[in-house]
Amino acid sequence: MAPRSRTLPAVNGPATEAGRDTLLADIGDARARGLAAVAAAASADELAEVETTLLGRKAALGQIKQTLRSLAHEHRATVGRALNEAQQALREAHTAAADGLATAARREQLRNEQLDLTESLSGPGRGHLHVVTQTTERLEDVFVGMGFTVSEGPQAETDWYNFEALNLPAAHPARSMWDTLYLDLGERSELGDGEGGEASNVLLRTHTSPVQIRVMEVQPPPIYTICPGRVFRRDTADASHMPVFHQIEGLVVDRGISFTDLAGTLEEFTSAYFGKAISSRLRPSYFPFTEPSAEFDITCVLCEGTGCQTCQRTGWIELGGCGMVHPNVLSNCGIDFEEWTGFAFGFGIDRLALMRHGIDDLRDMYTNDIRFLAQF
Amino acid sequence: MKVLLSWLREFAPIEGDPAELADQMSDLGMAVEEMRVLPPLDGVVVARVAGLRPHPSADRIQLVDVDLPGSQGAGADGALQVCCGAFNMSVGDLVPLATVGSTMPNGMEIGERRLRGELSQGMCCSAAELGLGTDHEGIMILPDGMELGAPLMDQLGLAGDVLYDLEINPNRPDAMSVAGVARDLAARLGVPFEMRRPVVDESDPDVASVASVEIVDADLCGRFGARAVRNVSVSVSPLWMQMRLVLCGMRPINSVVDVSNYVMLELGTPNHTYDMALVPGGHLGTRRSPRGETVVTLDDQERPMHAGDGLIIDRDDQPIGIAGVMGGASTEISESTTSVLVELAWWDSLSITRTSQRLGLRSEASMRFERGTDFELVPTALDRFCELLNEVTPGGVAVCRGRIDERGNLPAPPKVAVRPARISHLLGQEFTAQQVRDLLEPIGLQCAPESGAGASLEVTVPSFRPDVATETDVAEEVARHYGYGRLGRTVPRSPTPGALSPAQRLRRELRRVLVGAGLSEAMPNPFLAPDALHRAGITGSDPVRLLNPLATEESVLRPSLLPGLLAAAAYNESHRNDRVSLFEVGVVFAQPGAFSATSAEHAGPDGFPVETEHLGAIWTGGEAADAVRLWNLIATAFGIHATLVNTTDLDAMHPGRAARVMLASEQAIGIVGEIDPGVCERHGIDSRCAWLQLELAPLLAAAATASDRPYRLVSTYPSSDIDLAFSVPDSVQSSEVRHTLQAAGGNELRSVELFDVYRGDQMAPGTRSLAYRLRLQADDRTLTDEQVAQLRQRCINAVEATHGAALR
Repeated sequence: MAPRSRTLPAVNGPATEAGRDTLLADIGDARARGLAAVAAAASADELAEVETTLLGRKAALGQIKQTLRSLAHEHRATVGRALNEAQQALREAHTAAADGLATAARREQLRNEQLDLTESLSGPGRGHLHVVTQTTERLEDVFVGMGFTVSEGPQAETDWYNFEALNLPAAHPARSMWDTLYLDLGERSELGDGEGGEASNVLLRTHTSPVQIRVMEVQPPPIYTICPGRVFRRDTADASHMPVFHQIEGLVVDRGISFTDLAGTLEEFTSAYFGKAISSRLRPSYFPFTEPSAEFDITCVLCEGTGCQTCQRTGWIELGGCGMVHPNVLSNCGIDFEEWTGFAFGFGIDRLALMRHGIDDLRDMYTNDIRFLAQF
Repeated sequence: MKVLLSWLREFAPIEGDPAELADQMSDLGMAVEEMRVLPPLDGVVVARVAGLRPHPSADRIQLVDVDLPGSQGAGADGALQVCCGAFNMSVGDLVPLATVGSTMPNGMEIGERRLRGELSQGMCCSAAELGLGTDHEGIMILPDGMELGAPLMDQLGLAGDVLYDLEINPNRPDAMSVAGVARDLAARLGVPFEMRRPVVDESDPDVASVASVEIVDADLCGRFGARAVRNVSVSVSPLWMQMRLVLCGMRPINSVVDVSNYVMLELGTPNHTYDMALVPGGHLGTRRSPRGETVVTLDDQERPMHAGDGLIIDRDDQPIGIAGVMGGASTEISESTTSVLVELAWWDSLSITRTSQRLGLRSEASMRFERGTDFELVPTALDRFCELLNEVTPGGVAVCRGRIDERGNLPAPPKVAVRPARISHLLGQEFTAQQVRDLLEPIGLQCAPESGAGASLEVTVPSFRPDVATETDVAEEVARHYGYGRLGRTVPRSPTPGALSPAQRLRRELRRVLVGAGLSEAMPNPFLAPDALHRAGITGSDPVRLLNPLATEESVLRPSLLPGLLAAAAYNESHRNDRVSLFEVGVVFAQPGAFSATSAEHAGPDGFPVETEHLGAIWTGGEAADAVRLWNLIATAFGIHATLVNTTDLDAMHPGRAARVMLASEQAIGIVGEIDPGVCERHGIDSRCAWLQLELAPLLAAAATASDRPYRLVSTYPSSDIDLAFSVPDSVQSSEVRHTLQAAGGNELRSVELFDVYRGDQMAPGTRSLAYRLRLQADDRTLTDEQVAQLRQRCINAVEATHGAALR
């Protein structure tokens, strides 16, 4: 745009007042006609046509503009201003009309695209983790938050890891507490017992305690770990037993670990996992691998301690076993039990899943019926 | 174990609310599984059968006239008429009568009513109906001498009694007796416990002149005591004794056997009675069996003995019983027995355990011997037997003078050095020597200051606590009697933060990818039927078998996740759950030495089965593309570069629709594709099924999840896309062409997308058209048209040269 200060050159041409007025009238006329044409345009195409006729160089105002140079200097500003105003008005009217038409067209288009969103056909959707996995992960998260690591180990074990190292020598009467499934490895295994070839020393672990032994063998204390996993018993399946189920055990070995540490850790876990309304208690019990040993009860999660059918009106339900790691177990793993002490605990994962979801029969969890799986 | 409160009170003045006593016992580790206050049985009284008449219109009911002094509504002869369904009583018998207005333990109210037209003014009761036993066959016949009309429970001495059913842990042999439970409870309650010495009136001859005992294997039998009793008349034991036996879960047999069982329940000392007339020379011996002997036991079974089993033998070295497990039939007490030899021995617990487990014979006796009995109690228990047998035998018996008491190897009562500081350290609470002593001495652990060692105690463990052998065992006793609940609670802190391992985190992430892709997690049985592998199309596998499976259908450990997931799919199919997609992450097993298909590293140590963690996924009504799409999703999530290699000979798979998943290292880590439709049919699955199987360890090892990846600069220069369609022989996999393009395109080739596949008339036989869109871009400049053309030509040349393909 030219600077305002620029002096326009003097030109010849209609310099009269009458000529000026005629031009101004023409401008007014063209402006009025233009606005009418814009208003009359009913479609984007018509409007585009109007644009060329109104605002192009050959349009009426454009032609007037061509004559502007020939206007006397003193009139030029007046006519120019009128001309600009008219062009500006037409442009604005055109833009507004275009916008209006576009909006109406979009509105019409969207109206035609209307859908019933409830017509959607069912798609694949999201799948579901098994309740046992969900429960295991929830338990792991609580213990990881308490400073524990998660340890794993093989499901097929030797007699040593599953029993002997846990202070359960052969023929220990307490071995009858676990009905064990043994593997038939024939001649392949050098671990076979060989007593008349009928016994095998390789078994399916009856608890995840062998993992504790394996951790203690390789990791010097302090140890703060949990061992979740699949375990096996020679049990006929019924509403509360499966031959294959899941357990989680915990192990702490450190300097100065005491029975009160066990009680405090289990209490912290209980309120973290089950909520503040649920607390824990310990009762004397017996396990070959712990001494002192305890049964680990929690407030009945159904009645919160007031007594109901599930807890046989005691207000408590048995969750699992625990105790101070037996000195023989520490020794078997090469840990000096005068310097280090520890505690261990364990309980079933499947049962926690049952309790949380109100499942009556353990077997339901293993039908793999999608109508079961998809509920959680 | 069941105990009666009244019986406990014979050893200690135990008072208090029965429920609180139950809590105390539970807190001592003798968990009360059930507490039953015996019903007062108000209105159940002693009555006499005065007459028995047939019911005029019913065969299975008879009319009983019962005498009951002062009863309302009695007939002219002073008797009540009762309709009764049992026929075991005779005129003159005393029976329990539930009078009109009384309530039975099961809540039934007794009213006057008519049965088939005849009036019944009460009910004659069986032991079961009264909650006093299991016998509901006949009416309970009460002993003579009971007061007619008196409340039954008073007459039985059971009024207000409480029956506790206790769960006794294997390490508490002492609590396998009434006396032992009383000792523990008395200590907790702070009341004195007393074991009364039985009083035996002895007479000639001396026992040594009529009986003898020889211990041959001293390691089997630590102590063998015996007494001889004559003038025995075997009869029914008194009702009070029967009642206690019944309530404690034993069946009354006869006076001699009942007394024997009573002594076992009371003192925890199993014992055995012999008809002395059937024991040649009154001689008993005990030794271990060689292989090949047999014993006919009390239940008339002939049982073969194994080497090492403990036997009772007679004078002629013939087996007449299995030591500590079951007596023999040849010397059994019978109606005609007049003299009794009672054996009270202490057996090596491991020997008894082995024999009873092998024979599957677990009796009240073997249960106690397995845990360990109290050898110091042998004389007391022998005397108690004689005292009681005398008491229950009308007219009394003649007890031969003296006891036989032979000894083998007995454990020495241990002395345990106990440091109160160590106890405090273990329990997390301070205990002084005096506190320790105060807690231990009432349960029989004697504490003396150890000579020379300042703060230590020397604890002498009594013979009834064989489980207490170390300082730690003593710590448990201190904690137990102090009360677990009274000890404080502290929380130790790990010096290092808790965390999942990288592999554990990846496994979780994998599960979430699968769930996000719409699959649900199944947990099929890892035990398979022997034919399951064949049915699943898995050949050449030598699976690990169970030695002692519960059932043949569950006797094989899975070598693959496929059979289990096929079964799960079939279950859903048969329950009209169509189009399910399931996955499992689980361990599969192979024989020791059988290396995992892909890598030697996963083989376990020598002799162990090889365990490999797999992911399996199945889609019913699915197609190979489902498995491929899931693989692509997993590969993207874990940043894994792998290729699919079409393979025609995979077990269980459709030969034309399956591929191996190969890592860049040429390691095969899994399979994708469609399951052989024949396999699906064999499982009753009508639809086609897709299958994906991956080995987790190499998958996770190769994984670089988003959080592990370095940033690659996003180029700000313009990119160019070129489309190339080739005619490619069917023998060449699309993925191979892609690799060739990627190699030829180099760094400037940013992506290759297969956007069209065409097979049809316009193609030469044995070829198809593969169309790829290539995006070219440089990091540091705009590629010129010339450079793009060069790259394009390079890619075309490479594909044509490598694969015998032609640009279309």
